[in-house]
Amino acid sequence: MSHVVSPIREKLVTGGKSYSDVTHDICKQVEGEPTKEWKWAFGISSIVFIYGAYCLFYTWWQGIGVWGLNKTVGWAWDITNFVWWVGIGHAGTLISAVLLLFRQKWRTSINRSAEAMTIFAVLCAASFILAHMGRPWLAHWALPLPNAFGSLWVNFNSPLVWDVFAISTYLSVSLLFWYMGLVPDLASIRDRATTKGRKFWYGLFSLGWTGSSKTWARYEYMSLILAGISTPLVLSVHTIVSMDFATSVIPGWHTTIFPPYFVAGAIFSGFAMVQTLLLITRVVFKLEDYITIEHIEMMNIVITVTGSIVGIAYLTEFFIAWYSGVEYESYAFINRATGPYWWAYWMMMTCNVISPQLFWSKAIRTNLMVSFILSIVVNVGMWFERFVIIVTSLHRDYLPSSWAMFSPTMYDIGDYIFSFGLFFTLFFLFAKYLPVVNMAEVKAVMKGVSSNFPEKKKATKKTEE
Amino acid sequence: MSSTTNYILGVYDDEDEVLHAVSEVKSKGIKIEDVFTPFPIHGLDRAVGHERTRLPIAAFMFGVLGLACTLSLISYTMVFDWPMIIGGKDFFALPNWIPVSFEGTVLFTAFGLVITFCISNNLYPGNQPDLLDIRITDDKFVMAINVDKNKKVSADDIKKALKDSGAIEVNVK
Repeated sequence: MSHVVSPIREKLVTGGKSYSDVTHDICKQVEGEPTKEWKWAFGISSIVFIYGAYCLFYTWWQGIGVWGLNKTVGWAWDITNFVWWVGIGHAGTLISAVLLLFRQKWRTSINRSAEAMTIFAVLCAASFILAHMGRPWLAHWALPLPNAFGSLWVNFNSPLVWDVFAISTYLSVSLLFWYMGLVPDLASIRDRATTKGRKFWYGLFSLGWTGSSKTWARYEYMSLILAGISTPLVLSVHTIVSMDFATSVIPGWHTTIFPPYFVAGAIFSGFAMVQTLLLITRVVFKLEDYITIEHIEMMNIVITVTGSIVGIAYLTEFFIAWYSGVEYESYAFINRATGPYWWAYWMMMTCNVISPQLFWSKAIRTNLMVSFILSIVVNVGMWFERFVIIVTSLHRDYLPSSWAMFSPTMYDIGDYIFSFGLFFTLFFLFAKYLPVVNMAEVKAVMKGVSSNFPEKKKATKKTEE
Repeated sequence: MSSTTNYILGVYDDEDEVLHAVSEVKSKGIKIEDVFTPFPIHGLDRAVGHERTRLPIAAFMFGVLGLACTLSLISYTMVFDWPMIIGGKDFFALPNWIPVSFEGTVLFTAFGLVITFCISNNLYPGNQPDLLDIRITDDKFVMAINVDKNKKVSADDIKKALKDSGAIEVNVK
């Protein structure tokens, strides 16, 4: 009645769970004492965060002179890290919005943590933009606010201003989408609460949810519309990020292929990051019945597809550099592959183009350990992609006398470490205090797809139809 | 849902059963107040008799408003208040404004939609609802019948109709 599911489909929820089991399994993380593993993980990420926060504070205090930038390489790790984190963030919206529009039911048990990851990744990206401004306390100058200079407004023709709007809209809309998805589940925790504190806090944020059919009907429309507007939004964000480069006149950046190529790369790296986190979460929180091999395999298939698109983009860039007949453009690409940064280029090629092709084998894409390692390899590769695009295109410019190399200082590295500390600290807090799986959505797809759903109910379903 | 209202509640434990029960109970001339469920069930709101939501229209209006606001802001600042020649382009450089106006449209739509949704469903921080059954947010489906609005049918008949339609429990609240 509610959905027709082909019998050849794999089960999305295993272990013969009932609705009540779902509530219990997911809520018990929130309600119980933190486990030893969680305390260790949280402790380590907090230490990393504190060390990184010191480095970031020093950068803010002293200015970006503490980085290894020179007058030839004016953008390096800061923008590399920014683009890398924004790209990672894209997977969350893709899973929750695009897969919702395509009615992909397997997304239900992973969308919550993927969306949380999006928000934290975008926050990490924002930390680099703020630091990169040099005077972060003047960050509001990027907004069109009336001021005492005339008013002198921001330039709406500039891709950097587009970026400010894109990233801030993306962050706030993702946060809204994620929070509205949480409301019914927060109400479940509220109604199970045994302590006063939990009753108060989860009661406060569940907004008085009752589960009435009228509310649910409106809720579904709202989710659909939010998904509908988030889809072009997520594509616009990385398109605009790529325009920061593509609208310039630097050989190696001035390429029309950038928007689709960046979006594919973003999905590629984001899915890899979701894969890394899921493989850890499912073991630490014992969610093997909800995040099954089927989910892992689906993710690996998306990684292969987007990885192949990225591979084609690399080859196309190279071809066009030659075909255009522009010698500066050709030089930029030959220098990437054979110049002093050849190792970064081939690192990128190996990790991004060759390694995901291993997933053509079913044995490999259903192997948890290999999936875990490859998901990290992909993100290493994607970091190098941005490094190659940014640093290799800049370090040998039109004037050979000003050619230079870039070497990071401890503050370049420390600020990058900060983003990891921030990301994992927030993720572990989320995993402890909020339901990591969207209970309402999982329950809604269970009947058709759960293995051994109580037989009695299947029987009644048949007789009534 | 004030405490003076008299409700008869049918508790079900299956989504398809409750969906069928709705039409069965309605066919006996009983008016259903609402059905409360742990997750959305397609077609349940229409079966109960709720009208189709107008949220999409609201979302569209907010989108148009967002587009209008962003375009007005950009054209005011870039054309009227402080025009500047940038890269030899027109002051009114519409193609360059597409990204920001798009983001503005999305931002207004998303926030307008969610705020409208919360207001129309009476959702706000600190609202402590008087739930008819605590298990609604876990695994039970509850059909609520307002006794005062069903003067023609006796309470016993309502209870019987609920039981017949597959309710595992019938409670009064």
